[in-house]
Amino acid sequence: MSTATSNQQAGPAGALGKRRPLGDRLFQILALAAGLLVLAILILIAVTTSQQASSWFSAEGLSGVFSTAWNPSTNKFGALGFVYGTAISSLIAIIIAVPLSLGIALLLTEVVPRRWSRPIVYLIDLLAVVPSVVWGLWGILVLAPWLQKIYTSIGNGVKGTPVLGSLFGPPVSGASFFTAGLILAFMITPIITSLSREVIATVPVIDREGAYALGATRWEMIRGAVWPHSQAGIVGSILLGLGRAMGETIAAALVIGSSVQITSHLFAPGDSMPAVIANEFGEASGTFRAALIGLGVLLFALTIIINIIARSVVARSTRRSRGA
Amino acid sequence: MATTPQQPAVDLREPASWRRTKNQIMTVLMVLAMLLILVPLVFVLYTVISKGAGIISGQFLTASIPPNVLPASIGGMGPAVVGTLEITGLATLMAVPLGVLGAIYLNEYGKNNLLSRFIGFFADVMTGVPSIVMGLFIFSIWTLHFGFNGVGGAFALACLMLPVVIRSSQQMLSLVPDPLREASYALGSTRSRVTLTVVLPTAIGGIVSGALLAVARAAGETAPLLFTILTVTTTNTDVFNGANTALPAQIFANASSPYTGAQARAWGAALTLIVIAFILLVVARFITARFTKVGR
Repeated sequence: MSTATSNQQAGPAGALGKRRPLGDRLFQILALAAGLLVLAILILIAVTTSQQASSWFSAEGLSGVFSTAWNPSTNKFGALGFVYGTAISSLIAIIIAVPLSLGIALLLTEVVPRRWSRPIVYLIDLLAVVPSVVWGLWGILVLAPWLQKIYTSIGNGVKGTPVLGSLFGPPVSGASFFTAGLILAFMITPIITSLSREVIATVPVIDREGAYALGATRWEMIRGAVWPHSQAGIVGSILLGLGRAMGETIAAALVIGSSVQITSHLFAPGDSMPAVIANEFGEASGTFRAALIGLGVLLFALTIIINIIARSVVARSTRRSRGA
Repeated sequence: MATTPQQPAVDLREPASWRRTKNQIMTVLMVLAMLLILVPLVFVLYTVISKGAGIISGQFLTASIPPNVLPASIGGMGPAVVGTLEITGLATLMAVPLGVLGAIYLNEYGKNNLLSRFIGFFADVMTGVPSIVMGLFIFSIWTLHFGFNGVGGAFALACLMLPVVIRSSQQMLSLVPDPLREASYALGSTRSRVTLTVVLPTAIGGIVSGALLAVARAAGETAPLLFTILTVTTTNTDVFNGANTALPAQIFANASSPYTGAQARAWGAALTLIVIAFILLVVARFITARFTKVGR
């Protein structure tokens, strides 16, 4: 970029050997402080929440924390059931959201003329504007009762079948891992779509035209020119969607069913880390509260790691394609 | 560029008609993906409007919140409307100035140096921190010491908005052409003066609309409010003292209630919330279209 160097050289006053006015220096310090606030908040989150959760870690020990036993009335606080629920519901969300998002992203960048893609982008962005709690309200009052009928008929259909029977058996209610995964999928689709659209937009025009010139159809051009170029960035945007799905709280809290269990049964009610924090925090105190905050610490650590990896991947792939 | 496709993506031995058919199938699948995702969107908006429109009235927007057993005709969501406006407004007052200042550091002072790239990277990472973790953070650092109050909720929302405002403002600042800055330096201005009188006014349209989008998202957040403001049934105009309530928190509380009156009030609150978010969105688009001087 041509703008990169001009600022260092364009620095005024200093170049003439004069001291910069006090106000100018104060403003710079203020701006720097505001920037450093981001790092300060992230560090403070890690420190203060770990402090509040420490009595959980000391009471349960490592084996207690990573056990499946969760029973507040007998002071058993094992986190594994919630970790499992988070993993399963966000995995379902990713499996549903990724093909949809990539399809829409490709449609918007490669197929539809720009005049049409604008309104479609507005529509997809509307999905992100619907608040999490409204998805949850709709999910539990409208979608879940309707899904329960579908779950029941699928469950009766596959009863006795070896693998399918244990995955899609008859439901307890409409609230389940799968319902949560489905709602999460709706919520992360706009995120994955817009990020992969940005990545796909960096594919050089010359690559596309080269593919067309060789007689490729549009799909062959996408496979041969777009995909190899944007693969890494798309993986990054999927990871960002995964991070979002894992931390999504309120919608999951309402539709996942709030019963902690580890089961292969996708139509069974479960619970996830953010959902249990939201649902139980009000009544919690002592070690129970510490355990819930501790689940928050685990969630924070997991999402931070996923986000760091995803952002590095996305940044590297867009930088490389701009430099090339 | 990766140049190691062991297996060519395109097999030209396939008959041309099949290659064309495959292309058409894929195009149809892409259109199908878009139509599929519009189904839940239309379904949600339709349900919220049809169930919420009937209950919204002057009384609904101002009256206190009645016990859940009472029918929809009694009471309303007044305290939650006031709470949402107070808390989101206060969060905006905290996050937007700080976010814009942070963006000024990243783009005007630390341009491309290691520290500013580091801060920018972690601002991106911070946007991925789950909102419930922000709630737990403010609970640990504020609520445990100062009790449940509106400020705590505003702090939590501000933490969520800050990185979004930083990144969107930085992008807008980076679109301001350098010759504008250089012309101003040539007249002998200091850097702070150039930033405040030339760069900011040029980028202000984009900065404001980016901030509005962040506000719209924050107004719908529930999780950070659960442990910082609780819920109350009467209006609390004092953000510094006493528990408060907000529309999303109230929807969450009512959603799991078996009473039809409470559920009806939840739908009304949901419609109110979506309308607020939608107004912010439209204003943001209007400002972008009207006041964008750069970046078109």
